[in-house]
Amino acid sequence: MIAPVNALETGHLNKAFGKLVVADDISLTLPQGARHALIGPNGAGKTTLINLMTGVLPPDSGHVRLDGKEITGLESDVRVKRGLVRTFQINTLFPKLTPLESVLMAVLEREGISGQWIAPLAARRDAIDEAFGLLTQLGLGDDATRPTHDLAYGQQRLLEIALALATKPKVLLLDEPAAGVPKSESAALFEAIAALPADISVLFIEHDMNLVFTFASRITVLVQGRILTEGSPDEIAHDPQVREVYLGGADHG
Amino acid sequence: MDPHLWLKRKGRISPYEVVFWPIVLVLPFWLFPTYLSLSSQIAITALFCISLDLILGYAGIISLGHAAFFGIGAYAAGLLSAHGWGEPLSGLAFAAVVAAFAGWIVSFMIVRVQHLALLMITLGLGFLLVELANSLGSFTGGADGLQGIDTWKLLGVWKFSFWGKTAYAYSLAVLFILFLVCRRIVRSPFGLTLEAIRENPDRTTALGAPNRAHLQKIFTLSAGIAGIAGALLAQTTETVSLESLGFQRSAEIAIMLILGGTGRLYGAILGAIIFMVARDQLAGMNPQYWYFWIGLLLMIVVLFMPRGILGGLERLAALGRRR
Ligand SMILES: Nc1ncnc2c1ncn2[C@@H]1O[C@H](COP(=O)(O)OP(=O)(O)OP(=O)(O)O)[C@@H](O)[C@H]1O
Ligand SMILES: [Mg+2]
Repeated sequence: MIAPVNALETGHLNKAFGKLVVADDISLTLPQGARHALIGPNGAGKTTLINLMTGVLPPDSGHVRLDGKEITGLESDVRVKRGLVRTFQINTLFPKLTPLESVLMAVLEREGISGQWIAPLAARRDAIDEAFGLLTQLGLGDDATRPTHDLAYGQQRLLEIALALATKPKVLLLDEPAAGVPKSESAALFEAIAALPADISVLFIEHDMNLVFTFASRITVLVQGRILTEGSPDEIAHDPQVREVYLGGADHG
Repeated sequence: MDPHLWLKRKGRISPYEVVFWPIVLVLPFWLFPTYLSLSSQIAITALFCISLDLILGYAGIISLGHAAFFGIGAYAAGLLSAHGWGEPLSGLAFAAVVAAFAGWIVSFMIVRVQHLALLMITLGLGFLLVELANSLGSFTGGADGLQGIDTWKLLGVWKFSFWGKTAYAYSLAVLFILFLVCRRIVRSPFGLTLEAIRENPDRTTALGAPNRAHLQKIFTLSAGIAGIAGALLAQTTETVSLESLGFQRSAEIAIMLILGGTGRLYGAILGAIIFMVARDQLAGMNPQYWYFWIGLLLMIVVLFMPRGILGGLERLAALGRRR
């Protein structure tokens, strides 16, 4: 029997900053279409794990596979072109550009015409329609032509996601997409994530347990760079270890 | 708002532009014929300044050594002419290719560093080239400057005369054409990508953009244009000095660009005009005074008009419209 190919897979990833071990033998698999939550206390190494997966940081050892193919040594931008895309915990946007321009840039890069300089931008009608459509879908249509730095914080969080979606990802890694967003808006944001095409595999980091239990079908708990446990929301909710180190002692959730 | 309309509007030609170009064409010819040679210098400097705007204003690459490419272009065109081929247009093309090639080589280093290291590398490059040109005295004329340049008639018709009519028309025409090319570039998908890289290189990487390749491309283009500006100077003045490569020219061009306003092309032109005219008018003064005033102006602009004089004017105009 042939094992099904996982969308994303890490094997025995290790990473230390000096003496601080931030990834300790991390093996994690993300099947196609997954809705997988990564939880853990502050400083557990969640963002670092995304950095290792996307090639922002090189691992000390271990491998990363996308669609069954080794990508450990590849540059970040090449991984993105292959469909592995992330968002950032802290807004990482283009402050002076408008959302329209920002998303358009992402579409043009995906289409392989970002280096083209003969025809003007306005001539790329399909790309513009796509960019604007995506912004409208995320409720940013009315603010598409204001400078990004003028947008409300919550809108900027949505733009984070719009940018990632513009690359047409196969695997999407969301680093606390609702961080800093008022509770009243974060559910809507997750509804947008839940509405993503089923074939996109999603890994998201989130501190709000209600959101995690609502939107994840599987959960990995990370503590001090180590996978403490992994399971269904039900299993995680009733795991005494998790309750002790994370749910019980945590200041959030 | 309709996104197509918005992007079109952003790229359209403004009425100011339509007025600007005829004025700069007419003014020196009819009103200030004694200033024709200064006008040529301004046009050439404006072109050089635009080349810096491409990398600094749009792509966010700071350089304190861009005169390297200006000088390489000047020496390339000058040497070609001194060795018997003085046809101006092919001379420009030759200089563009040589300078762009040099830019391409240097770009491999440039895109690997940032901030202070970037300043030091570009600075070092300038010093290095001046010394190289100096030590190759038999070839470049060293500190005496390159002699023996003879620029042929433009298109076989117009002679480069003492009064500098041909020189100004030629410099202005080249500036105008390359300005149009640069505007094409900055309003294209490539231009948008460069602005995005300038705004946040981490994010463009996370969106799949090969930042280094994009930056190398604009750096090469920019070096080519700087080379054309240098070639224009060599052809119209029929001499090339070591200063064309030097730090002072690199620094001045950066000052002009910051005065005029980065990332808007016209800021480069305006900065060159203000700087060059002011220096000419204050030339009678002690040079230290000149630096005093330019220093003061620079500080005032940076403090009160962070987007340069043109950016400041745009803001005033926007305020006026709101009234
Ligand atoms: N580049 C770096 N150099 C040194 N230490 C780092 C670096 N990046 C992260 N760390 C440290 O590694 C640990 C894990 O950081 P990481 O950002 O991955 O945590 P996290 O689980 O995402 O936390 P949070 O919930 O606060 O976002 C922290 O102690 C952090 O200070
Ligand atoms: Mg984090």
